[in-house]
Amino acid sequence: MTAAVEVVDLVKHYPKSAHNAVDGLSFRVPPGEIFGLLGPNGAGKTTTVGILTTRVVLTSGYAAIGGVDVARDPVTARSKVAVVPQRVNLDRSLNVRQNLLFHASYHGIGRTERHALASELLERMGLADKSRARVDDLSGGQAQRLMIARALIHHPEVLFLDEPSTGLDPQARLFVHDRINDLRAEGVTVVLTTHDMKEAEKLSDRVGVVDHGRMLTVDTPAALIKSLPGSGTVDTRIRPNGADRDKLTELLAELPGVRRVEPLSGPATADGTDPEIALRLYVDADPGSLLGPVAAELHEHDVVVSDLSPGSASLEDVFIELTGRDLR
Amino acid sequence: MTSTARSSLRAFWAVLGRDVFVTGREMPSFLAQVLVQPVALLFIFGKVLGQLGYTQPGYAQILLPGMIALNSFLVALQNTSFPLVLDFSYSREIEDRLLAPLPITWVAVEKMLFGALRGLFAALLMFPIGLLMLGNVTWDLSGLPFAVLCMVLGSLAGGAVGLTVGAAVPPRRINIMFAVILAPLIFTGASQFPWAQLDQLRWFQVVCAFNPLTYVSEGMRGALLPDVPHMAPWVCVLALLGACAVFGALGMRFFLRRALD
Ligand SMILES: Nc1ncnc2c1ncn2[C@@H]1O[C@H](COP(=O)(O)OP(=O)(O)OP(=O)(O)O)[C@@H](O)[C@H]1O
Ligand SMILES: [Mg+2]
Repeated sequence: MTAAVEVVDLVKHYPKSAHNAVDGLSFRVPPGEIFGLLGPNGAGKTTTVGILTTRVVLTSGYAAIGGVDVARDPVTARSKVAVVPQRVNLDRSLNVRQNLLFHASYHGIGRTERHALASELLERMGLADKSRARVDDLSGGQAQRLMIARALIHHPEVLFLDEPSTGLDPQARLFVHDRINDLRAEGVTVVLTTHDMKEAEKLSDRVGVVDHGRMLTVDTPAALIKSLPGSGTVDTRIRPNGADRDKLTELLAELPGVRRVEPLSGPATADGTDPEIALRLYVDADPGSLLGPVAAELHEHDVVVSDLSPGSASLEDVFIELTGRDLR
Repeated sequence: MTSTARSSLRAFWAVLGRDVFVTGREMPSFLAQVLVQPVALLFIFGKVLGQLGYTQPGYAQILLPGMIALNSFLVALQNTSFPLVLDFSYSREIEDRLLAPLPITWVAVEKMLFGALRGLFAALLMFPIGLLMLGNVTWDLSGLPFAVLCMVLGSLAGGAVGLTVGAAVPPRRINIMFAVILAPLIFTGASQFPWAQLDQLRWFQVVCAFNPLTYVSEGMRGALLPDVPHMAPWVCVLALLGACAVFGALGMRFFLRRALD
């Protein structure tokens, strides 16, 4: 079957830049999939989306939408995609509804149909009462929802969402998530970039982690988490009663089955004399079976344990493990 | 026709339709923009100076075709370049049209064509206004078709130069555009004087020959006032076609460079 999105050895070099923004990237997205593209700032996500939506000219490699080579036939490729960009690019000379209507007319949707679609989408995006508002008068979240409506009005085969929920309040974010899930039901392929790991985990069928323009790994969120060494966790909150925190950390890390121990930011106590500390143990074994040994070890050192709970690593842990802690 | 060509054509009309719609809504400000300057020039040079006796009788006759030419070329130029500079500025409003299913060069052509249409409209408006203001105008009406041809070519050349300028000037430089580009074009375009009579001022005549507006003014004046010394009509047509081709191609290249990363 033809992939909805296919990228092979993609390279993008911006003029006057020292590094390739995209540097040998490859991935495939089958039709109907929701694919999450993750990566630190500057990893090349927006550039990749730009190439696939024909806004950015590739340097070398191959990129195709539904089998249509974006470099050779950009016009056909453009008719198959829609994009919600990272930055607002609404037409400020037009009002909210006109933005939808003209976009639809560029894509050849007939008058009656585009009026019906515009009304329906404005309703669905919660913008019906803003239909005559100037674009400049929309809030950030409303502009974002309008851009999503605009992207959907011409029935794209592949929808690119570049950080769709940055700047949205929790209600709007959930709302956007629901709309993305609707698209899954309609069989629209979605490529989504995000920094929100919970969002990626929740929405994506598969995720790819990109760094320095290269694909580090591609898999389902569950498989990625499972593949992480020490993918189980034990969170504990303790009162050290005078014991040294670094020493405790070391002791716990030496328990069989524990890979590493990292401090979690817990609530600071007001008096500051004997604060609680929270630690996360990354473990190879079943986290439940380690509760006993951990409790015993802490008890032996006179440490008061106020919480001890098993859990599993998250996509964020995978992300940090793959791309490191350094700021970009 | 292939389906791509059909969808491109449809998108082209839709993009043009968007510009027509936006202009229609901003009609008063558009009229102010295209009329105030030429009407003021016509009034001062054609009427006031004439009545005070500082210009020879008949100067207004020479001025009117030049003002019509000026409007066709300059309004087309401004109406292509200014919106383009804004379109490519931080808000990147043009992006939605660049992502429509038509070749990017067609978007450039649309910008140019629409600017030219506005120029043509502004030039046509000058006819009744000039006639009203100056009273008696003695034109050779048999030259009207050629004058209209010059006006059309002048608008297209203005659109082409506007595309080049609009795609080349970065948004933060827009304020110097008027001083260094528009003002010189206004005064070296033979719209206030017959170019053919400049032989006493040879260097200035040579400078004016580089301004496409000169050929619009000379072509129109030659057609409507055949007794005034003027450039040969075929030279005007050829020069304007050349300007359209050269600036059209250059503008398209600049536009592509701005539109795509
Ligand atoms: N127009 C451009 N000209 C030159 N360099 C660019 C341009 N756009 C992006 N870059 C560079 O290319 C690299 C990748 O940028 P890109 O925007 O694709 O990253 P990203 O993964 O989307 O980052 P973020 O998460 O911050 O949005 C960066 O180093 C950036 O500085
Ligand atoms: Mg980005």
